Amino acid sequence: MPSPRYWREVPNRYRLEGAKCADCGKVTFPARHVCPDCRSANMEAMALSRSGKVVTSTVVRTPPDDLLMESPYAVAVVETPEGARLMVQVADCDPEEVLPGMEVSLEFRLIRKEGHGGIRCYGHKAVPVV
Amino acid sequence: MAGIVGYGAYIPRNRITSEEIAKQWGKDPGSIQRGLLLKEKSVPGLDEDTITISVAAGRGALERAGIEPGRVGALYIGSESHPYAVKPSGTIVSEALGVGPDLHVADFEFACKAGTEAMFVALGLVEAGRVEYAMGIGADTSQGAPNDALEYSASAGGAAYIFGKEHLLVDVLETYSFTTDTPDFWRREGEFYPRHGGRFTGEPAYFKHVMTATERILEKTGFKPKDFRYVVLHMPNGKFPLSAAKQLGFTKEQWETGWIVPQMGNTYSGSSPTGLAAILDVADPDDLILITSFGSGAGSDSFVLRATELLPERRDRAPTVRQMLDGTRRYLTYGQYAKYREKIIVND
Ligand SMILES: [Zn+2]
Repeated sequence: MPSPRYWREVPNRYRLEGAKCADCGKVTFPARHVCPDCRSANMEAMALSRSGKVVTSTVVRTPPDDLLMESPYAVAVVETPEGARLMVQVADCDPEEVLPGMEVSLEFRLIRKEGHGGIRCYGHKAVPVV
Repeated sequence: MAGIVGYGAYIPRNRITSEEIAKQWGKDPGSIQRGLLLKEKSVPGLDEDTITISVAAGRGALERAGIEPGRVGALYIGSESHPYAVKPSGTIVSEALGVGPDLHVADFEFACKAGTEAMFVALGLVEAGRVEYAMGIGADTSQGAPNDALEYSASAGGAAYIFGKEHLLVDVLETYSFTTDTPDFWRREGEFYPRHGGRFTGEPAYFKHVMTATERILEKTGFKPKDFRYVVLHMPNGKFPLSAAKQLGFTKEQWETGWIVPQMGNTYSGSSPTGLAAILDVADPDDLILITSFGSGAGSDSFVLRATELLPERRDRAPTVRQMLDGTRRYLTYGQYAKYREKIIVND
């Protein structure tokens, strides 16, 4: 049974759609109806840049069962040039190399499979820019 | 006239060398490299498939085209490794590229020819005026059975092309398709690895179709091999396209730019389209380019193209094929490769 939440989140998972406050300029990800800074309801949809910098990171060595083959892997909080922050897995690298300040691009990847016969869930992961 | 308004390619960063595979099976690496002319091949990560490769290539094509994604009226993805047996790859790719929902989507299959098949149909719809822009993608993450000759070549990657009528980067001057029923390579429903007809894959399959399609498009256009600056023929291994190019009368200067198989492997539906992308990354205005694909089963599509003044201005908007082939790479051991290609079975 596909998760309804995954499907509802397709715009932010697939296209990194967040929201920008028309009053104070704050960018939120995922999109919100009310600005967390100034409480304005003038929030406009906006796609984030597919790049950013690692703010903080950790290495996962005891993963959930469906990510067993990917272990160990890094998970990082990435800040985009718009100031939005998102937590993503970091792919295509040695997880120990992922450190604050690292430049990353955000690439469209398979995030997980829902069991053996379930749907494939896609979204974005960070990949170091070298 | 219709033509290409944007293109993009993607090649995964993981690689395995022919030497590493040969060692696993007790074969002589030197004779494999000399026989097939394959040095290394790309390997998809556990999180990469035909859909993610199509999105990466499609994003590059949209950047180079500089058009509003919503103006794309059709999206076709050619692959023999669509991740779902039932549910089109195109539905997910269109959502990720932001080209939907007002568009026509279909997944194509024709072994290694599905990419040019998607391009052929996309071009036709634009020429007919049915849609303003149409995107055709060829992408694959194909598998060869362990210890089969295909294991040295079957790799991952793809390229995307957007066709339109204005602001062309490349004019499409002519197309030609040639198809027969030839059982050179197949995979039955439910089988994991494809099977091939051994020697049957050469003369009656690859060479007959590639040579005939190429000769007939030359006849149709009146061009001679020497008129072309670049040529790319489908690359199932290093040797076949060189031999076909030579028999057709093309020289090394013409084929070497698109002949990326020694470093990339055979990306199946992405093979000749990615070779074409490598050519567009360096072609000058007015250069004539010839591409002929091949798909087992069997058939070939040929296109005669001419680069425009706009091409050099647009190519820097997305990564080039050479940047991806020569850039960051992660070399895998056979054990890591077996894990990445899900050849290792673990308990739940
Ligand atoms: Zn605000």
